[in-house]
Amino acid sequence: MTDLHLTDYFAKDAALEPTRKGFGRGLLEAGKRDERVVAACADLTDSTQMSLFKEAFPERFVEIGIAEQNLVTVGSGLAAMGKIPFVSSYAAFSPGRNWEQIRTTICLNDRPVKIVGSHAGLYTGADGATHQMLEDISLMRVLPNMVVVVPGDAVEAEKATLALAADSRPGYLRLAREATPTLTTDKTPFEIGKAYVFAEGTDVTICATGVMTYHALLAREKLAKDGISAEVVHVPTIKPLDDATILASVAKTGAVVTVEEAQIAGGLGGAVAELLVENHPAPLRRVGVKDRFGQSGAPDELLAHYGLKAPDIVLAAHDVTGRK
Amino acid sequence: MTQKTYTLTELETKANDIRSDIIKMLETAGSGHSAGPLGLADIFTALYFSVMNYDPKNPDWDERDMLVLSNGHTAPVLYTAMAHAGYFDRKELSTLRKFGSRLQGHPERDLLPGIETTSGPLGCGLSQAAGMALAMRMNKDLRRWVYVVMGDGELNEGNIWEAAMLVGKERLHNVIGIIDRNNIQIDGQTEDVMPLEDLRGKWESFGWHVIDIDGNDIEAVIDACTMAKAIVEKPTMIIAHTVPGKGVDFMEYDFRWHGIPPNHEQAKEALKDLRTLGGKIRSEHD
Repeated sequence: MTDLHLTDYFAKDAALEPTRKGFGRGLLEAGKRDERVVAACADLTDSTQMSLFKEAFPERFVEIGIAEQNLVTVGSGLAAMGKIPFVSSYAAFSPGRNWEQIRTTICLNDRPVKIVGSHAGLYTGADGATHQMLEDISLMRVLPNMVVVVPGDAVEAEKATLALAADSRPGYLRLAREATPTLTTDKTPFEIGKAYVFAEGTDVTICATGVMTYHALLAREKLAKDGISAEVVHVPTIKPLDDATILASVAKTGAVVTVEEAQIAGGLGGAVAELLVENHPAPLRRVGVKDRFGQSGAPDELLAHYGLKAPDIVLAAHDVTGRK
Repeated sequence: MTQKTYTLTELETKANDIRSDIIKMLETAGSGHSAGPLGLADIFTALYFSVMNYDPKNPDWDERDMLVLSNGHTAPVLYTAMAHAGYFDRKELSTLRKFGSRLQGHPERDLLPGIETTSGPLGCGLSQAAGMALAMRMNKDLRRWVYVVMGDGELNEGNIWEAAMLVGKERLHNVIGIIDRNNIQIDGQTEDVMPLEDLRGKWESFGWHVIDIDGNDIEAVIDACTMAKAIVEKPTMIIAHTVPGKGVDFMEYDFRWHGIPPNHEQAKEALKDLRTLGGKIRSEHD
């Protein structure tokens, strides 16, 4: 296995940072590298961390106001003139509110607009169900031409931002509000469309995306104590899915658990289920939000309540290994 | 690119030819929208044969003016004007809405060079025009304009007013909006379905300069666009009052012709109307 140069993520002093911070740095760097990169925001410039770019390149930043339909369609117009626009808001509003505009003016129109949905998932915490966007992965994944990226930590989010800026397709970048453990380093590879085996194993494959990969790694430790060897595949790109890496892992382990802090319907769980059914049927359990809305609470409380923590992943792993 | 200069009479003849082609292509297609494209024929004639700067042999020319057709269902008038302007052969007009055609029921950018954006779902054009104009400002393109044609019914869409606010705030004076004020939408008269008036006052209050014109008067369209280009303090919205179905007597003013094509007999009758056009062009008896 190639060295992925991961951090010592279980160390007591392991770094914590929200993925949106990595996006902010990445966008600033993308702006320095390519003057075609421009940005627009819907009245959440600090929250989404677009503020770094705005300060550096005020003439390349557009304040749209609270108008998410306008946000993405203005993005389409900017892209029509050769710009590479990043447009940001909270995921609940963009892509939550403006799906048809994204479909027609960005995807069908094939414009390289990068939609940045911050504050996605249960990690949004206290704001409650209205703001905990859980359907965004599914909504974006069904759109032709759209790339869907869910980085696992701030360092990866920075790389993902730069990769999206250099990619000619429409893209969706899903970000979390709260600080989460940093798993990767500057040396860790990131490529759109690639999944990475963060920890090898032989009995079960755990495919995790976004900030849930950390929880999958925690579950792997617990499973080892139960005598089960789990392989953790980090899947930062939901679309295009890295079929080869996932299928190779499943060919070895013969059982799969998917983990995401989003609706399992149509999300990573849905994507992996489709892949397996058509190519390599194997016992599968999907850990994620199951056809419910969130509620106010601390992220940790919410993950526990909705069954997304390491013990839940462990139970799912026992189930699928038992069904082999 | 310097285009050929046409006399007003030549432009009126061109508009009539465009109308005839619209009727023929709709009849062949067997579906599509009649009233809007006919009402817009004079505006598109003015845009493509007098107002806009473009090169049909080099559709991506980086100094061209941009045209956003926001109400994509009026595609027949766009396709016909583009064919007459030399983007493609007029024979292709008969493929409208057919399988494999570049002339989709609603315009698709990636299929037909010269189309600036895919449209159909209403209310999205002005925002895209805003994005284009913002990019022009970033690029310091001082001699390019974005024309955006909208239906009046589509002004029901909230997205339009989000864009109206932004364009007003940013004073994007190179955005020139044209509203096809024909007073009809699918369910009836616009003022019955969802009143738009005071339409002029609405745009003015959003920071726009507003010009009301007879949208079936080609000279008035050209003059309004010339005026709009001269106004640099704010963006301009041209409220072009048009007659839906213009030029075909039995279609004029009738909202039922919004979304249907003529059958063979109706097309024959329509073409006869267009040949005479109120006796202005040439009499059926000539």
